[in-house]
Amino acid sequence: MSVINPLNRSMTTDFDSRNMDWYIDKFVQFIVFVAGISAIIFIIGIFIFITMEGFGFLLEDFSFREFFFSPFWEPSDEDAPEYGILALVAGTASVTGLAMIVAIPFSLGAAIFIGEFASGKMREYLKVLVELLAAIPSVVWGFIGLSIMNPLIIDLFDVPVGLNVLNAGIILGLMAAPIMTSIAEDALKAVPDRYREAAEALGATRWQVIFKTVLPAAKNGLLGAVLLGVGRGFGETMAVLMATGHAVNIPGSLFDPVRALTATIAAELGETAVGSPHYQALFTIGIFLFIITFIINLTADLIVRGIRKG
Amino acid sequence: MVDMNVNLAAADKIVDPAFAAPVKLGVSDLTIRYGGTAALSGVNLEVREHEIFGIIGPANAGKTSFLKTLNRMDTFNTNMSVEGEILFNGLNVQNLKNIYALRSRIGVVFPLPVGLPLTIYENVALSPRLRGIKRKSELDVIVERCLSRAALWDEVKDRLNSLGSLLSGGQQQRLTIARALSQEPDLLMLDEFSIAVDPVTTMRIEDVLKELKHDMTIILVTNLVQQARRLADRTAFFLEGECVEVGITEDLFTGEVKDQRTRDYVEGKFG
Repeated sequence: MSVINPLNRSMTTDFDSRNMDWYIDKFVQFIVFVAGISAIIFIIGIFIFITMEGFGFLLEDFSFREFFFSPFWEPSDEDAPEYGILALVAGTASVTGLAMIVAIPFSLGAAIFIGEFASGKMREYLKVLVELLAAIPSVVWGFIGLSIMNPLIIDLFDVPVGLNVLNAGIILGLMAAPIMTSIAEDALKAVPDRYREAAEALGATRWQVIFKTVLPAAKNGLLGAVLLGVGRGFGETMAVLMATGHAVNIPGSLFDPVRALTATIAAELGETAVGSPHYQALFTIGIFLFIITFIINLTADLIVRGIRKG
Repeated sequence: MVDMNVNLAAADKIVDPAFAAPVKLGVSDLTIRYGGTAALSGVNLEVREHEIFGIIGPANAGKTSFLKTLNRMDTFNTNMSVEGEILFNGLNVQNLKNIYALRSRIGVVFPLPVGLPLTIYENVALSPRLRGIKRKSELDVIVERCLSRAALWDEVKDRLNSLGSLLSGGQQQRLTIARALSQEPDLLMLDEFSIAVDPVTTMRIEDVLKELKHDMTIILVTNLVQQARRLADRTAFFLEGECVEVGITEDLFTGEVKDQRTRDYVEGKFG
């Protein structure tokens, strides 16, 4: 007996009882599960919260035509408050659009340099610096817009105010560029080296290899990078609040001040009575922003996923 | 004894006209290092025009490294250093001013087919486009000719605009051969092309190579000694970073060998 069972433990009862290890295992599994689905819980919770806060407005004062097509955002008008977000959408769109015009060449160029040309130490340093750049708080960018870009624009273009589409677009572009660079570089890195070797073996120069082989192969990832940049632009608040001039206005030129959707919420929410139509209208803007950024990010994600598969 | 040597030398010329052909590629004292360790050392050989030059040897012999230095693909690997002299058409490839022009004259077929992420048509038209050929009609002719020569045209002529990567392994390998041919190369280098190809396709490609020999010089790296025997006019045997022997292919199998290891290898006694 002692030969068969040298540790002298029961041959069967172990299988039918739960020890401490079993309970610890179940407990850890539960914790990890909760952490894992917390993102889903939060996103649903946030959506329910902003929808509930904005719901009263949607039922009573909301007019689809006024909300989306009126350029007048005058919620504090005592007699006839107007809640039109057309100008705010135009503000956000113009600033984001200009930001992309600034950010796309910058980030694509940086990604190509880091991914295709830089080597060894240089590449490592650049990657760290780009990530550091992405971590600069948006209020710092806003500060740069206010105190450096503002006088610079006034001097250079001889305009009365330097807080406008141009200022915010450049600031937002520089802000979005690092994260776009990072993702674009990942997309370039996902292109197998054998493509590059095969193309170079044909006698293609480095640029020809990049333009004819690497960029077409990485195009989905690059598109994903741009869309994430757009999402960032839509959602950014502090920097655009500080750099746009914050005036409700459909811009006619780069030098017109505008106001962004996000900045409107940030600036006005603290001054409204909880539950008032104005308060609820701001939450309706929140719902709108939530849906837009959700769609943009989802699209970007699906596109990026697409390349990983194909 | 003396007579016999003379006879052998005379026989060489009869058996292998390539001996009389001008030198396409002259390699002398070639040593390749990765970091500190030599992958190949002291290689001396000549490849002549319009011959199929085989390189056989087990894994790690330095065969692929050798090919990489010929068209300066060593630039991809900063760890790799090359000493010695490689003359291509009489010019030293180590200090050419334009290595892209050199590469465009040398076609390469890799062990595993590399279909670029482009359509079949674009895969073959890429190199001519890089050379500056823009007219569609001209490109059409080149694409058809190269695909035909690579014995692929009949299988793909109805779907030239589908992705090259959707073809089967054997078809992709023929596509890469067609792409290499679209360079109108002086020299075609094949690195174990049949590794991922079925035997029937392999025989088809081998027939293609026999035809191509009339238009270009071919270097065939293979780990199948019988493939070298079927195709190569002359063959070099590489072993652990050393070029053991260079000779007329048939001699490695049945004639006189300078080094017994060569005979052992082709007879399958090791490796």
